[in-house]
Amino acid sequence: MRAPSFLRVERRTAPSPRVVFGVSLLAILVALIAAGIFFQVYGVSPIRAYGDILRGAFGSRLGLTETVRRAIPLLLCGVGLTIAFRALFWNIGAEGQLLIGATAATGIALFSGLPGPLLLPVMFLVGFAAGALWGSIPAALKAKLGINDVITTLMMNYIAIYIVEWLIHGPWKGPTMRGFAYTDRFPAAAILPTIGITRIHWPTLLLGLALTVLAFVLVKRTRWGFEIRVVGENPHAARFAGISHFKITVLAMVVSGGLAGLAGVGEVAGIHHMLLGPTHVSMGYGYTAIIVAWLARRNPLAVIVTSLLFAIIMRGGDVIKVTLGLPFQLVNVFNGLILFFLIGSEILMRYRIRLAPRRA
Amino acid sequence: MTDSRCDPKIGLPDDVTSEQGCTGNGGTLDTAADCVIQLRGIVKRFPGVIANDSIDLDVERGEILCLLGENGAGKTTLMRILYGLYQPDAGEIFLNGRPIRMSSPRAALGHGIGMVHQHFRLVPTLSVEENIVLGLHEGRGPFLNPRKTRKKIAKIAEDYGLRVDPRAKIWQLSVGQQQRVEIIKALYREADILIMDEPTSVLTPQEVDQLFATLRTLVDDGLTIIFITHKLDEVMAVSDRVTVLRKGKVVATVPTAQTDKRALARMMVGREVVFRLEKMPLDRGERVLEVRDLHALNDRGVPALRGVSFDLYAGEILGVAGVSGNGQQELSEALAGLRRTSKGSAVLLASDLTRCSAREIADLGVAHVPTERIRMGTVPNMSVRENLILKSYRRPPFCRWSFLDQRAAHLNACRAMEEYAIMAPDDRTAAKLLSGGNIQRLVLARELCGEPRFVIAAHPTYGLDVGATEQVRQVLLAQRDRGAGILLISEDLDELLTLSDRILVLF
Repeated sequence: MRAPSFLRVERRTAPSPRVVFGVSLLAILVALIAAGIFFQVYGVSPIRAYGDILRGAFGSRLGLTETVRRAIPLLLCGVGLTIAFRALFWNIGAEGQLLIGATAATGIALFSGLPGPLLLPVMFLVGFAAGALWGSIPAALKAKLGINDVITTLMMNYIAIYIVEWLIHGPWKGPTMRGFAYTDRFPAAAILPTIGITRIHWPTLLLGLALTVLAFVLVKRTRWGFEIRVVGENPHAARFAGISHFKITVLAMVVSGGLAGLAGVGEVAGIHHMLLGPTHVSMGYGYTAIIVAWLARRNPLAVIVTSLLFAIIMRGGDVIKVTLGLPFQLVNVFNGLILFFLIGSEILMRYRIRLAPRRA
Repeated sequence: MTDSRCDPKIGLPDDVTSEQGCTGNGGTLDTAADCVIQLRGIVKRFPGVIANDSIDLDVERGEILCLLGENGAGKTTLMRILYGLYQPDAGEIFLNGRPIRMSSPRAALGHGIGMVHQHFRLVPTLSVEENIVLGLHEGRGPFLNPRKTRKKIAKIAEDYGLRVDPRAKIWQLSVGQQQRVEIIKALYREADILIMDEPTSVLTPQEVDQLFATLRTLVDDGLTIIFITHKLDEVMAVSDRVTVLRKGKVVATVPTAQTDKRALARMMVGREVVFRLEKMPLDRGERVLEVRDLHALNDRGVPALRGVSFDLYAGEILGVAGVSGNGQQELSEALAGLRRTSKGSAVLLASDLTRCSAREIADLGVAHVPTERIRMGTVPNMSVRENLILKSYRRPPFCRWSFLDQRAAHLNACRAMEEYAIMAPDDRTAAKLLSGGNIQRLVLARELCGEPRFVIAAHPTYGLDVGATEQVRQVLLAQRDRGAGILLISEDLDELLTLSDRILVLF
């Protein structure tokens, strides 16, 4: 197949930020159109569906706050993933790192016996450490033994999921929960304050925003960020320059897993106030965050915007279910479509189409 | 140089060439002389550059035509157009006087044009015969016909002296043997015009001689060969005629017998080139490096260094010669801390390099110009500025309290770009956009700053054009005169003989 003779396809040397932004926007737009087909198939006008979703996300105070509270775990996981991806470590395991962080925080909240004021800070610290540990296992396996990171991080999600299942059905099952598979409720001192009656647990939100800025500084301004980029861009040059592949990979995954762990702490301490089934704790935040980080083009600051965007989509899932009576899973279809077009658009960015000058 | 015998009628209407293959109507050329291929007015633009600027080229049947030019002169682009890998923005290709359009390499092969790329297109884990038949449909249905394949390969091997075991896997073969496979691949597809893109750049001198003999046999058998190179000696040794390109334009086409190296160099570079370097008398200082009984394994776990011992003194260049694969690579890597040694020592002013990490060795004042300057020496997607601090980013002034100082890095880049004449729009340009010569200058600028005591230079001019080579050599001599001890690993014997004060042979 050839382009018409008056058009010419040229390779771009380096796409400018404007091009990256424009193409990303285009990818989302195309995904919206493609998802519209699904709405049409269900007999719902896509325009009405998107209108309802937007109204659901922004139209009411409840909608707005529900959107923001979903953005919190996406932000924390997404920012972490930008760092891992920069080191060319394909962390598919934010979901598991989040769950492990939530589990560790639950352990502290219920069983540590720490005095009240210390409880929350220690929960965050331990949650970070647990996520970091969970993330650094695949990192060490890759750096030392060359074991594929996609597979190990993905598999460790399932381990985390079953650990949570086992705990809530077994040793941590709450005696006061009348047979439900929950742990007991957290003591009051282990529950995060929220803004008014909303579910926005603001300490986690502030922590997330602060860490986003910190991650940006880490990547762009410090020697570690430089090392992470060198390892990610060219491991041979990294070795040549005496940068330890092992140390940098583990460092990137400590940050990435740790941030996901914090997201888990926020969910149990801010929303649920207990540990419960893994799909309730997370709702796939760790997976959606992969798209969030990718759409942000691995820039931590941009994650603030992209996490909000995907929070709207997740909130849209509620609307789809409640208002339109369609299955919630459409959200996953939608996420998949966005990722699909986003990755597909990568190749577009490297070319441009121009009017060809007339042949001499 | 321009004779009218090959002049085509130019300015054909577009529709004549738009159909694939020979249309055979009014577009045919007057082929009084025996021109197999004629290119007319070929133009190819890339963003920011004109790689080919209305190039005319005639290739006569049964000749070896050299396409000579510096890196970036447009040689490879032109041949990729002929081979159907690129489409020209303007211009026409005539095969045996008829206009054709090369829509793809498959079309080119259909017209009997084969190409041996500079970087081979072979699948390492497949066998020789599997690589040769890859992409062909000759057996019945989905099945291969190994017996027939093997017979045909054997015939080609015998006819042209291209001996290689058809059942060997590609990764087991030496580079020279892999190139033979590429040639057989083209001949197997019954190519009668062979484009060789810098075929000698990966070969040892012995292998080069062998290749030239093969090319002669091929030409005697009626094949036509286009030989891309930037090496003057090769032009003189192998070609019948030579076309010189400079900055995307044809400078001249001359019969090889009627020219010489100096004239060719002038055409190629556009100015006089100094072949003799000014070299100061040796002023040998104290001993810098003492290597004793060094042992190391290569990547396959086979001993590559078996008891290497030598001394290196300040202010001298010690050349390392030897057939490639004799441990040069392993020696440079061992001394740079990139390869573990199994026995022996290498003492640089009281510290044993075999016990140090790559970082510690760099901090001791060891500069390393690696063989693979793009893969190892640079981070292609990062800027020139960042690449220039790849080894010193941890130290002041570039790093304070773990924060990188962009301003210091910028100033450093400006100084280095000026001192080493690194051509780039600015220091934020990605390193991958630089030409080979500029990348090597970047690596040198980075490695040689801070007055290193010991310089490992592995194939420092490999693949560089005449101008860049001259400059790199002068830089190395300047380091020597300043008092650095230099270990120069090279396969270019001329280079070793010109630059070295002593020569070490690895075998």
